[in-house]
Amino acid sequence: MNLTELGYAPEEAQERVGFFTDTSVCIGCKACEVACKEWNLVPEDGLLWTGESYDNTSELGANTWRHVAFIEQEKPLFVDDGDGTLRWLMSSDVCKHCTEAGCLDVCPTGALFRTEFGTVVVQEDVCNGCGYCVPACPFGVLDKRHLPEHSADPPGPPPLGTKEDGRVWKCTLCYDRLKDGHEPACAKACPTDSIQFGPLDELRARADERLAKLEDEGWNGARLYGEDPDDGVGGFGAFFLLLDEPEVYGLPPDPVVPTRHLREMWAAAGLAAGALAVGVLGAFLGGAR
Amino acid sequence: MTSVQEPPQTHASSTEGSTEMRSYYGRPILKDPVWTWEIPTYFFAGGLAGASSTLSLVARAAGNEPLARATTYISAVGDAVSPMLLISDLGRPERFLNMFRVFKVTSPMSVGSWVLGASGTANGFAAAAELLGILPRLRLAAETVSALLGPLLATYTGILVADTAIPAWHEARRDLPFVFAGSSAASAGAAAMLFVPPDDAGPARRLLLAGAAVEGVSMRMMEERLGFVAEPYKTGTAGRFSKAARGLTVAGAALTAVAGRKRGGAAAGAALVLAGGMCLRWAVYKAGFQSARDPRYTVNVQRRRLESARD
Repeated sequence: MNLTELGYAPEEAQERVGFFTDTSVCIGCKACEVACKEWNLVPEDGLLWTGESYDNTSELGANTWRHVAFIEQEKPLFVDDGDGTLRWLMSSDVCKHCTEAGCLDVCPTGALFRTEFGTVVVQEDVCNGCGYCVPACPFGVLDKRHLPEHSADPPGPPPLGTKEDGRVWKCTLCYDRLKDGHEPACAKACPTDSIQFGPLDELRARADERLAKLEDEGWNGARLYGEDPDDGVGGFGAFFLLLDEPEVYGLPPDPVVPTRHLREMWAAAGLAAGALAVGVLGAFLGGAR
Repeated sequence: MTSVQEPPQTHASSTEGSTEMRSYYGRPILKDPVWTWEIPTYFFAGGLAGASSTLSLVARAAGNEPLARATTYISAVGDAVSPMLLISDLGRPERFLNMFRVFKVTSPMSVGSWVLGASGTANGFAAAAELLGILPRLRLAAETVSALLGPLLATYTGILVADTAIPAWHEARRDLPFVFAGSSAASAGAAAMLFVPPDDAGPARRLLLAGAAVEGVSMRMMEERLGFVAEPYKTGTAGRFSKAARGLTVAGAALTAVAGRKRGGAAAGAALVLAGGMCLRWAVYKAGFQSARDPRYTVNVQRRRLESARD
């Protein structure tokens, strides 16, 4: 991604930064979730027990910008551990800040934009809540924000109440902190460095080394997810080291930005429009009345 | 395989799509669209207005004034209702003008906003000029603008939904514009038949019949192409709307063919076709939600793509 080609003056364009989330060292402490909420003043999103391991957050959304997944498996952690052993996978999910971002492409107001750090951010003073970005994200990251109707509302499953903020919200990769030269709150709070922040090129190199080490040590199912610039979204700005298939973590195995098929879609719309015009003309072939 | 990763048993009824799928507690990967009833209603109203605009200009050129007049009013009403529906659906309606901050071809909603804005302005002017019987040349110019934009107004909504990650919409990207084109033509013909005496409504009847045929064939082709992703169009609420759309459109077209030259037959046939057009938009809208809610569609479409790339 060349930020000057995207319109930034050379002195404005910064090095592209992102996250490398190494789930092999995640301990499921949820410090990232808490730090994110506190720093970004993200409202409550419901207090409920899901019974799904230690995960009571369930998914990313307007009011959840970091989500720690917990997966209990009857599967050995190491390839040569044999059968019958258990492993407990934990992974902190976040907006992927895609190189080719579906949300940004479809946003009709320009509220979603590419920052000088190469991240994708919603301008909340511009967003008019059209909701197009919500189904356009291949990861289900964005959502419209629902707020509790009264602060004393009993806890219940989201969406809380029917009162809406009206706009969409998602991870900003702590745009305000980046501007001041700080790392994002989640990475700062992570006690095991499972969430690593830095220039994307550096993170990719580090991830390759880490994967090689884990493979060497015989970790079962270790793989990188989203580090490849040739994938369907041109590579994630926030990519992962996972220990199983992406769908096990609730992630799509081969995400493709919807606008990759833009030409095909406009061609179909144009052709259909032409056919409609021809059809109307044809209706008069049998006479004007 | 472990027990916690099995998708919920509610998915057991599925056909080929269900084999060996793993998910995170059966949760969807995608978010449900946040759009409400205004959006499918707009797809209908916008399609009707778009096709009517073109019908109006051609009728004018062919010298069929009663048909031209009626369709001018119909498209102006459709174009006036459409922005109201769209603005009402916004989370922050007072910011609707932000739609005109930018023009982006990557966003069919952005292009559509401009098309609807231009076509609505032109049709509003044309209808006012028609009503007052003034400025015939400017009226014709306005009618020409909306007639040229009309077909795109009717079909772009097909790719508006297709330009998302939702499998039942995105995988149908080549077919939805044709489905909507057919349905819009049928609706425009039907709406004209309601207001134009049968003696002047010949082109409207023929447009209705051709549109209904194209809609039926395109819908069939879309389901063929979708394979197991066509399931959401055939089950649940979307399935009921699909069935209703087909039944109403076929019945309305048959009635038009048989009794369309009589006032009563024309009115009844037209009403059935209009109801069918609305049900079709609701079927497509609801199918999107159903396919977003079930991670099977998301995962299996992508797994197949990966497998065929490997082969």
